[in-house]
Amino acid sequence: MASIDITDVRKAYGSTKILHGVDLTIQDGEFVVLVGPSGCGKSTLLRMIAGLEDISSGEIRIGGRVVNDLDPKDRDIAMVFQSYALYPHMTVADNMSYSLRLRKTAKEKIAAAISGAATKLSLTPLMERRPKALSGGQRQRVAMGRAIVRSPKAFLFDEPLSNLDARLREHMRGEIKKLHQDLGATSIYVTHDQIEAMTLADRIVAMNAGLVQQVGSPLDLYDRPANLFVAGFMGSPAMNMFEGTYRNANGGTVELAQGVVVPLAGPAPTADGTKVTLGIRPEHVLVGKTGLEGIQALISLVEPTGFGTILHASAFGEDVKAFSLERGVAVRGDTVSVSFPVDRIHLFDTATGSRIG
Amino acid sequence: MIRPKRLGMTLAHRAAILLYIAFALFPLYWLVKVSVTPNDLLYSEGVKMWPSRATLDHFAFVLEHSDFPLFFRNSMIVSVSTAFIVTLLSSIGGYALSRFTFRGKFWIVGLMLLTQMFPLVMLIAPIFKMLSPLGLTNSLSGLVLVYVAFNVPFATFLMQSFFDGIPKDLEEAAMIDGATRFMAFRQIILPLTLPGMAATLGFVFTAAWSELLFALMLISGVDASTFPVGLLSFVSKFSVDFGQMMAAGVLALIPACIFFLLIQRYLVQGLTAGAVKG
Repeated sequence: MASIDITDVRKAYGSTKILHGVDLTIQDGEFVVLVGPSGCGKSTLLRMIAGLEDISSGEIRIGGRVVNDLDPKDRDIAMVFQSYALYPHMTVADNMSYSLRLRKTAKEKIAAAISGAATKLSLTPLMERRPKALSGGQRQRVAMGRAIVRSPKAFLFDEPLSNLDARLREHMRGEIKKLHQDLGATSIYVTHDQIEAMTLADRIVAMNAGLVQQVGSPLDLYDRPANLFVAGFMGSPAMNMFEGTYRNANGGTVELAQGVVVPLAGPAPTADGTKVTLGIRPEHVLVGKTGLEGIQALISLVEPTGFGTILHASAFGEDVKAFSLERGVAVRGDTVSVSFPVDRIHLFDTATGSRIG
Repeated sequence: MIRPKRLGMTLAHRAAILLYIAFALFPLYWLVKVSVTPNDLLYSEGVKMWPSRATLDHFAFVLEHSDFPLFFRNSMIVSVSTAFIVTLLSSIGGYALSRFTFRGKFWIVGLMLLTQMFPLVMLIAPIFKMLSPLGLTNSLSGLVLVYVAFNVPFATFLMQSFFDGIPKDLEEAAMIDGATRFMAFRQIILPLTLPGMAATLGFVFTAAWSELLFALMLISGVDASTFPVGLLSFVSKFSVDFGQMMAAGVLALIPACIFFLLIQRYLVQGLTAGAVKG
């Protein structure tokens, strides 16, 4: 096990810059998830840690040792690929023991290591099969087994669950979490799925366009997104965002379109007249009968999810999404009043995108 | 229960395939037929599907009284060496083209393509001029050299496409598991490319086995003649000895058949199934 330090790491292919200087320290035993939309550079960063991509500038240390110029084989890390990358001409047992055989580990030790991993991942009855005779979930487990047999310094996961169907993905997510709790290994996990990021991570690194947007615990990112990107990326259904103007009067308010004024919890640390974006998560939007205090809105769409209901309401020229655990709150065409609790409002500077307060 | 319409379609489909196979194999059949027809019946019986009397005399003559065994041996040496050298070179080259970006790659590929554009006849004189002072005319090694040179570009492209079909993830996984790039190539990629290598081997072998133009131009003595050149010796100024010629032809088919039997199991694709999501 080891810590991983990333200092001002950049990556460019010719004149195309992929990473614009990433700084990150991953503690020994920590589970860090790199999350972001495709093309944000998260996979490139992971591959640079693995040694599969050159580092244009900056420094990566694994366990205190600079690995910039080390071959992947000398970095002592294990990686689980999105495609699993199982060796098709080898049995499951041979796939799992390949790394140990390369290291000339004693036969008895290899046997013990792979039978231990097989038990942990319930692969024992499949050990003599070839990858093509396995289902997607089984292949995924073999890929995990191949990673854990040799107790590496760190585990790297490159979207390992993307090829599985929803149910299996949920199951394997739990398995990975359990495995991490068992092994306590330093892990870096790349995904574009924010649910995976939220459920697995000790810490999330949200990335966009080659830059780290925010680093923090899952709930930190959810409750206090540092900027508009993180606010919009984390959470489903996504956060409501309305552009408006900040007013200092009356203890701090935001003027939205059509003269709608939303009160804030208190004055915000920004100048009167600043263009701001008001964010509120759908589950925090209160929907009530008309006549109550709030903004008049017309329900335009009702999406039952079984677990709850997503309501789309038209108000002040915007689409306001609300999520309610209750059913039958409203039907299409209803006129309702929506309100935004002051302690649930996020405020962002529209020009810079950063959080205010 | 198969519906009549579908049954009809299936029958038509099979009949079409059968027709094609018959069409493709008919010359082969005729080769065998003539090779067992006694000389006195060859012109007297008219066009018959099978002679009224069959004989193996032509085969016996070809094997015992002609230089055919020598031609055969020469062809074997030339074709097998060419096939193996080309497959080795094109595997390495194809892997490089498939996996690496390097300076001048574009031009190397362009030049390789260029070599495929000239009709070979144009090149015979310059090649003869080059090989002659080196003592490589009238020699089997000269022939192998020329065959290798002309087969490597195409074979390299062929191998490149096979390597392209193998996911990069596999060797990356191997390198993370602790292999060097060369070990990953040898232990992971090469076994998966066996069908491709078998195809290349077979393709080059047949090309060299039946090559006539260069063999005819570069070789003048009987000692270094290959079998296609040897076949021509059955054509004399006044007659063509069809029976012996066809018998020699049938014999020449045998190694090609054996060769393909040996590699056919690798030609069957599907070895890479299950490597990545499938």
